[in-house]
Amino acid sequence: MISKAGSGHPAGSLGMVEVFVTLYFDILNHDPKNPDWPMRDRLILSNGHICPVLYACLAHSGYFSPKQLSSLRKFGSPLQGHPERTKLSGVEITSGPLGSGLAQAAGIALAAKMDGMRFRVFAITSDGEHNEGSHWEAIMFASKYRLTNLTQIIDRNKIQLSGNTEDIMPIEPFVEKYKSFNWHVIEINGHDFDEIKDAISQARNEYQAPTAIIANTIPGKGVSFMENRYEWHGKAPNKIETKKALKELVSHDK
Amino acid sequence: MINKTIKLSKKLNSCRDAFGKALIEAGEKDQNVVVLTADLEESTRVHYFKNRFPERFFDVGVSEQALAAIASGLANYGKTPVITSFATFSPGRNWEQIRTTICINKVPVKIVSTHAGINVGEDGATHQALEDIALMRVLPNMVVISPSDAEETRKAICAALKTKTPVYIRLPRYETKMYTTPRTPFEIGKAVCLWQGKDPKVAIMAAGPSAVKALKAAQTLSKNGIESLVLNNHTIKPIDQEAIVNAAKLTGCVVTIEDHQIKGGFGSAVAETLSELFPVPIEFIGINDSFGESGKPKELLTKFGLTAENIVEKALKAIKRKMI
Repeated sequence: MISKAGSGHPAGSLGMVEVFVTLYFDILNHDPKNPDWPMRDRLILSNGHICPVLYACLAHSGYFSPKQLSSLRKFGSPLQGHPERTKLSGVEITSGPLGSGLAQAAGIALAAKMDGMRFRVFAITSDGEHNEGSHWEAIMFASKYRLTNLTQIIDRNKIQLSGNTEDIMPIEPFVEKYKSFNWHVIEINGHDFDEIKDAISQARNEYQAPTAIIANTIPGKGVSFMENRYEWHGKAPNKIETKKALKELVSHDK
Repeated sequence: MINKTIKLSKKLNSCRDAFGKALIEAGEKDQNVVVLTADLEESTRVHYFKNRFPERFFDVGVSEQALAAIASGLANYGKTPVITSFATFSPGRNWEQIRTTICINKVPVKIVSTHAGINVGEDGATHQALEDIALMRVLPNMVVISPSDAEETRKAICAALKTKTPVYIRLPRYETKMYTTPRTPFEIGKAVCLWQGKDPKVAIMAAGPSAVKALKAAQTLSKNGIESLVLNNHTIKPIDQEAIVNAAKLTGCVVTIEDHQIKGGFGSAVAETLSELFPVPIEFIGINDSFGESGKPKELLTKFGLTAENIVEKALKAIKRKMI
């Protein structure tokens, strides 16, 4: 997808495959035939630049044809460079500019609580996004209103656009930060399906605070030359690189 | 509507109070209305709503960016959120959140901001929002309203809550003269003709509480044998092109007045309309590329030319330019 588009963000998208697959095919209560179903669980993608993984899951869930995936970032395509709610079925919010997704997820979770709706809200965010002050505003708000129906899954891949997170703006001690903001925190291996599922079910049973699942991931997972390299945060592979990457990814399947 | 006998009451009313009370009215009719503020409950008068509907009121603390994005989430779900702060902070500080999470996202958040304009007074330049119309009217999907008195504020709030689009409403801090009544028509996007003399020579177009000053100026001009037409352009976006063009055709020249920067503000919207559809001389009254300062509202309004006297002066100038 990203290679055909000629631009995009492969590292974060590949690193979050297991989390997205678990959510879309095992956890979320949703109906692709009825995308506006009021009782559906909401998946709110805050770091919108990793939308290729969102689009792939939406397509394979049945929101639209997987054939459309190759139109990513193309003129006239509903698969915009950053996701837009009004353009593609299944996309819950417009995102891309960092630091606003958790607040929107909190707004939806608050509304659900007011109305006694039992669906859950999952906010996907990134470690680099924590540079944004507005993200911390939302962290405090969710904790103040005890939004226990809100689960934040943070992609802790340790890279951001121009370098490693700890060089650009150190975030550690990450777990302690969330604890001190009165969140329930779980740290997992973001590539382990069982750990992802287990953490989400723990979050479901938390009745005091919102839950942050810090998912340690490898950016560019599955493609040797992309793994852990921030240079692949926002760069599309060329034809030769794409061939090599796909070969490696397919070999993992076997 | 032609009204030559309009009476200006001496009593002052607060647009902020009218807003706070209108929210209760709206909240009673519609269970979906929720109100959020950023630690400015009393200053923005939303404490009335808080006292009446505590379960539908949320204080996000001093965090205007979250204020906008949380409201986006509430609206995304199906609530009708009203967010309040001072205009210098919202939409001043949270413009990008309004752009992305409200306007591109196309969710019906109502942004109501007080302390818009130089009339804020003593708080000084930092708290006098003079750029908010420009910031909001440039955004697709956004409706921009500047009510001219307390009663019109009430109507604007009720009308805004019925729409399915994002709306920005700017309110002054100071108390203003009430000149409309519950029977005065109000429709979003429709300018109101407040005054039309026989064979008017100049059109005075006002946004916000300056409309009262435009009426005073029209009275002065009439006493001096110069008839005029006064438009209350409470809706700045979508601008009422038809009313503006008709007024320009009838009079041949225009004066605009607003408590906001001239650049990018209401006058600019009038100029955009007329330069394309019916070019005529325009004189702009507003803040001319400077920040405000501390002082009594009246002192500041006088210093920056937001007075009936200055409207008369600019009207005469516009008429003169038409003759060249």
